[in-house]
Amino acid sequence: MDLMKTLVASTAICAASAASAVELEVTHWWTSGGEAAAVAEFAKAFNETEHTWVDGAIAGSGGTARPIIISRILGGDPMHATQLNHGRQAEELVEAGLMLDLTDVAEAEGWADVVNPVRLLDACTLDGRVYCVPVNIHSPQWLWLSHDAFEKAGLDVPSDWFQFVDAAPALKEAGVVPLAMGQQSWQTNLAFGAIMVAVGGTDLYVDILTNKNADAAASAEMTKVFEAFAAARLLSEGSNVQDWNQATNLVITGKAGGQIHGDWAQGEFQVANQVAGEDYTCLPGLGVNEIIATGGDAFYFPKTDDPEITAAQKELASLMISKEVQVAFNLKKGSLPIRGDVDLSAANDCMKKGLAILAAGNVLPDGVNSFSADTDGQINDLMVEFWNDTSITVEDAQARYADIIANAD
Amino acid sequence: MADATTNAVTEARGPKPRRVFSSTNIIIYGTLLVVCLYYLLPLYVMIVTSLKGMPEIRLGNIFSPPVEVTFQPWVKAWSEACTGINWDGLSRGFWNSVQILVPSVIVSIAVASVSGYALVNWRFKGSEAFFTILIFGAFIPYQVMIYPIVIILRDTGGFIGDVTGTNFRLMGSIWGLVIVHTIFGMPILTLLFRNYFTSVPEELFKAARVDGAGFWGIYFKIMLPMSLPIFVVAMILQVTGIWNDFLFGVIYTKPETYPMTVQLNNIVNSVQGVKEYNVNMAATLLTGLVPLTIYFISGRLFVRGIAAGAVKG
Amino acid sequence: MAVTDAGPATEVAKRPSRLFKNLASKIAAVPMVLVALVIFVGCTIWTIYHSFTRSRLLPAPEKWVGLDNYERLWGENRWLISIENLAIYGFCSLTLSLTIGFVLAALLDRKIRFENTIRTIILYPFALSFVVTGLAWQWILNPQLGLQNVVRSWGWESFAFDPLNNAEIVIFGILIAGIWQGSGFVMVLLLAGMRGIDEDIWKASRVEGIPAWKTYIFIVIPMMRPVFVTAIVIIASGIIKVYDLVVAQTSGGPGIASEVPAKYVIEKMFFSQNLGLGFAASTMMLLSVLVVLIPWAYLEFGGKKNG
Repeated sequence: MDLMKTLVASTAICAASAASAVELEVTHWWTSGGEAAAVAEFAKAFNETEHTWVDGAIAGSGGTARPIIISRILGGDPMHATQLNHGRQAEELVEAGLMLDLTDVAEAEGWADVVNPVRLLDACTLDGRVYCVPVNIHSPQWLWLSHDAFEKAGLDVPSDWFQFVDAAPALKEAGVVPLAMGQQSWQTNLAFGAIMVAVGGTDLYVDILTNKNADAAASAEMTKVFEAFAAARLLSEGSNVQDWNQATNLVITGKAGGQIHGDWAQGEFQVANQVAGEDYTCLPGLGVNEIIATGGDAFYFPKTDDPEITAAQKELASLMISKEVQVAFNLKKGSLPIRGDVDLSAANDCMKKGLAILAAGNVLPDGVNSFSADTDGQINDLMVEFWNDTSITVEDAQARYADIIANAD
Repeated sequence: MADATTNAVTEARGPKPRRVFSSTNIIIYGTLLVVCLYYLLPLYVMIVTSLKGMPEIRLGNIFSPPVEVTFQPWVKAWSEACTGINWDGLSRGFWNSVQILVPSVIVSIAVASVSGYALVNWRFKGSEAFFTILIFGAFIPYQVMIYPIVIILRDTGGFIGDVTGTNFRLMGSIWGLVIVHTIFGMPILTLLFRNYFTSVPEELFKAARVDGAGFWGIYFKIMLPMSLPIFVVAMILQVTGIWNDFLFGVIYTKPETYPMTVQLNNIVNSVQGVKEYNVNMAATLLTGLVPLTIYFISGRLFVRGIAAGAVKG
Repeated sequence: MAVTDAGPATEVAKRPSRLFKNLASKIAAVPMVLVALVIFVGCTIWTIYHSFTRSRLLPAPEKWVGLDNYERLWGENRWLISIENLAIYGFCSLTLSLTIGFVLAALLDRKIRFENTIRTIILYPFALSFVVTGLAWQWILNPQLGLQNVVRSWGWESFAFDPLNNAEIVIFGILIAGIWQGSGFVMVLLLAGMRGIDEDIWKASRVEGIPAWKTYIFIVIPMMRPVFVTAIVIIASGIIKVYDLVVAQTSGGPGIASEVPAKYVIEKMFFSQNLGLGFAASTMMLLSVLVVLIPWAYLEFGGKKNG
């Protein structure tokens, strides 16, 4: 049976290669320096086949791009491939039969065996069918520290979150903002998740995100998390920036001591020619637990009637997951590859830390995969409000949080 | 005040200040000077910033003129700034925007002017109710209507395609975009045209009716020639709105034909290390150049058109 | 927008109406009728209907949930703050635009020199999009780079003007930019209205010795009612829809202090992928528009039939 499928799939791919060249329009929102360079790797690899990559970049995060993507899919004039966060977000499009089924390619190439952690492929799978290609792993729970800033304050660079908090008063005295934080709500929520793992521990995190246990959200351990978060919000006074990379820039220039942010911040340090361990330090799991969560990006392929395009779409899918492209792409993007069997000796220190944790299997589910975008949005709203309005008490915030978790989907 | 003699409507009617250095004059010109500064400040900051290098910007004072003038940000914004993997700046989108702009402006103005004309001179039962609905439409945030309109256009386009046996589609074609701009321009434009046509002396209309002129005859022979100012107003409003539109421009086009605003969005919203304020400002000014030019050229007609249209409504 | 002098039109309309009478005019009105009915009425009904459903990423007419979305909407802090902000922004924007517009128009109407130049300067921001406006002002109001920094460098060390990072007054920081962008157009509208007023009125008031400001307030303004109505429609429709400006300037921050309803609607629809909730919020917005618009339409058109 499997052999049969393999044969069918490879015939399909061969047929595609034989068929005439087509142009595939690809939508994504990767427009910053490192991101664009990473996408260029995809495009380069695809253009080396007989097909052509037509780039449809739309800047401004998924929120700007999503109405455009959905409108075009709904309107029956879809792009040929599109970035979407995998997991819950695209479920409905798949259920409505608007996305191309990639199961034959996935089985032919044995994706289930090469994708590590396998959870990433599960996020692309609905009722046993595969609908998307995971392309990278991003984990949000990192603490980025500026060596300059700590030098100014005459301190050693902390090795975990608690030391960082202790060092904060000295940083303030030295005229350094202890914690850089951008205004966008998802950044505050990201920091909350990271502090939750560090202070509350992984069991609590899993209990809330995976089991959606409202009792856990209302528990005394969680109160500690909120207290830590409330203390952290006082550390960011004076970092009046909007975008995450403006916040990262405060760390790069030593104007801020640290930032809690995802591993994509790595790219910014790289662009600024900073060296991990010399100019800055990265601490996965905020240095408390050696752990990363496995968020990431995936590509979906809207269905079309044109068999030539379908064949080219499948070709692009298999290309994106192939070893060479995975390495080239992820080195530029600063993210981790989705397969464990590739050689990443070119990776820098921070990426290597991530790879080691990944190899040890210390992975957590990511909020994006667990909650619907709606629940995620509610938590974002709560966190950004709590962070910026110090008159909201820990009790109030926790009660509202528990309420959201109780109604989460 | 060159047009004061040619067009009575635009002549200043206020009490005439008597002496040049009267205290009233000082107050008037003083106030206007302060006001002009407020309005010019952002433009000044944008221009000055776009001519500075990044190190100079980082030093602080955004109001100081550039020490060393550089046109590099303009060059970069026009031809080098990157959009995803394409490193050719705004130049990609300029002609696309023009190609979107011209048919959209023409069709939306034509439809709205005929509607306004029908509302004034050929009223039918319920025309006022329809007009009220149109005004209501001006208040709907258009993002709310994206999905239903997309569905309507998909089905209409498909239907036309089926009936004519062609591959005709409204989604993904310039005509879908033209229709959308016509729809969203209609409320305010119809309002303006309606008010303008009301001010055309009714004797003219009656006389033409007696001579046996029909609907289109009166429209083309009497209304159109008298309505240049209001057409200028409508054109300015539409050029501004359509040129600055981002959302519909992306939904109804393909990457090769994305309008300029998509590149602007990509330049301004994607931050590469440090925000390149100078390039952002240059890109912003370049994108705003077309509507700005039209304002500067036709500003006087604009006031005349509004004067004629808004007053006697 | 005012009552039309309905002379020829009523005559035409009151003729025995037959379907094919004036066929061309009926055909010409088809686009308007279609847009009014299919788009504005149709889509509004569609929106209202879907506000009672559990539509998430895609419209789901079959998942009826009753008033759930409305319950959640009115339980959300962010929505309440949005409404409060819109009320403040709307009130200030409307009164300030009209006041500034009127005063400027009155000044320009006094046979001054350089009228064209000054008018162009005041009007040009209208050509720029809200995104551009928001960015420019975000920058000018940036405490490290902009106004505050410059005034301090002049020696006034304690000068503090940082509206965009202060939750209490952030909405006024947005107001400054909004007024900058829109007041020029209001000024032009009102100036045009003033020019339409008969010069005899001014002569008469001068003969009577009435001061200029009294003439403006008691004679000119009442005569300009139609222009004011047009201006109010244009300003108000802009206020309800304000979105880009906030996103460009503050992203709704600090915290959720500068959120507005249109932003709530759009983000719930496209970020949170909860179309139902977004539609519920937009239904509330449309309802508030109707509350204002229906009485107006009644006065405007209903009264005339009797008169």
